[in-house]
Amino acid sequence: MDFESDLFFEVLVSDAFIKGAAISLSLATLSQLLAIFFGFFLATFRLGKNPVLKSFAGVYIWLFRAIPALLLLLIVWNALPQLIPSLRQEWYSPFLAALLALSLLEGAYMAEILRSAIMSVDDGQALAARALGMTPRQVMRKVIIPQLTRIAIPPTANEYIGMIKYTSLASVISLQELLTRAGNGVSATFRFVEYYAAALIYYLVIVSVLMVLQSRLEKRYAWISTVKKSEKVSK
Amino acid sequence: MSLIDVEKVEKYYGDNHILKGVDFSINAGQVKAIMGPSGSGKSTLLRLIALLEPVHSGKILFNGELIAGNADGSRAKPESEKVLALRRRGIGMVFQKFNLFPHLSAVENVMCALTTVQGVDKKDAREQSIHMLERVGLGDRTTFFPSELSGGQQQRVAIARALVLAPQLMLFDEPTSALDPELVREVLKVMEKLAEDGMTMLVVTHEVGFARRVANEVLMFDQGEIVEALPPDQFFTNPGHERTKKFLEHVQ
Repeated sequence: MDFESDLFFEVLVSDAFIKGAAISLSLATLSQLLAIFFGFFLATFRLGKNPVLKSFAGVYIWLFRAIPALLLLLIVWNALPQLIPSLRQEWYSPFLAALLALSLLEGAYMAEILRSAIMSVDDGQALAARALGMTPRQVMRKVIIPQLTRIAIPPTANEYIGMIKYTSLASVISLQELLTRAGNGVSATFRFVEYYAAALIYYLVIVSVLMVLQSRLEKRYAWISTVKKSEKVSK
Repeated sequence: MSLIDVEKVEKYYGDNHILKGVDFSINAGQVKAIMGPSGSGKSTLLRLIALLEPVHSGKILFNGELIAGNADGSRAKPESEKVLALRRRGIGMVFQKFNLFPHLSAVENVMCALTTVQGVDKKDAREQSIHMLERVGLGDRTTFFPSELSGGQQQRVAIARALVLAPQLMLFDEPTSALDPELVREVLKVMEKLAEDGMTMLVVTHEVGFARRVANEVLMFDQGEIVEALPPDQFFTNPGHERTKKFLEHVQ
């Protein structure tokens, strides 16, 4: 078997890979956070009464679910600066372009997840909150959001994990993320196995950590008293 | 003087004429019970008084002040939710399905509106809320979440949650209909105590015993209108209207 374990370990702890992983992780995290933010407003627009906002959200979701991620990355990085000259500047980096593309895209998916989460909160909840004198904003903040969060955690974690892997598409716009680094190494040495294996390890570790975080978060949203929680642990 | 006046209130859902000119009033300290078949518009009436839905026409006065509809009773435009949120102060409502907030413990459910709506500081709000939970017999359940409470306990938390805001009027929408029979009593007991303490109450209920003991007047509601309004003794023994007699055959 042709496998240089020395090279593999060297690559695994190399600066290039650590930086690549950091770029992938931060791109995914920022994109996902922005997408949750966009998605929340899109979801409320779609469920709201304003016909203009409603159709805007509808068109947005239709459009960004239809565009392939790879195509959108190329559009944002290559085509957009052609149309908007002010983007032909140093500050418009591959990272920024990837962040824009991925968060716009993911926003459409988060909108649907959050829309279904909002709809699954019982109507009686808003009714009771309003009867207590809460304004629509207070109803949303104090009553609806905490409840939709619990419902939205598993699908959102799913999306986040997917997003980690989506970031590898940004190698086409020369973003120095994890897969690009592996590709660089491969083209310099033709040692496919060691470089790809090292990249794989990084993805496995990142996703494992995210899964642990997800289960912690879900426990926090169990909505049982601390007395009962400790009872469950001692059993 | 009456605390609440409902005058010629009409309500439509689409083409459905739900309330057909409802007229009645409640004096401070009075308890009125509403009985009638399901789908007759009882719950809708309570929601209109709680300002959770707009009236179509007619008006509702609270302490002599117009809170819903136009002064001349003409077709009314819905008010903004912000304005309504302010006007709702003074009126508490308890729902058939409790509608406790599942993500908050019993005491947090009771505190929630105190801190967010009335701006009471957390420590004060917690104290008042614990006190209120003690009043409904749940002093030992303050940290429990709704999912850890029985239906009767949940409904008592819901009552405490409304009471802590010191309302002048309490609306109860079939508060015991969703409860197992053995849990009905504990909720009714709390409500009876409340009536004894002088709370003004409007209660939609099928509990004949409760209405007899507590209500000053029972309103028979059918097909969107008040068929008759009588003191409980007369209502249950010698009602004037055919529809009341028919209905009572089913409940008693």
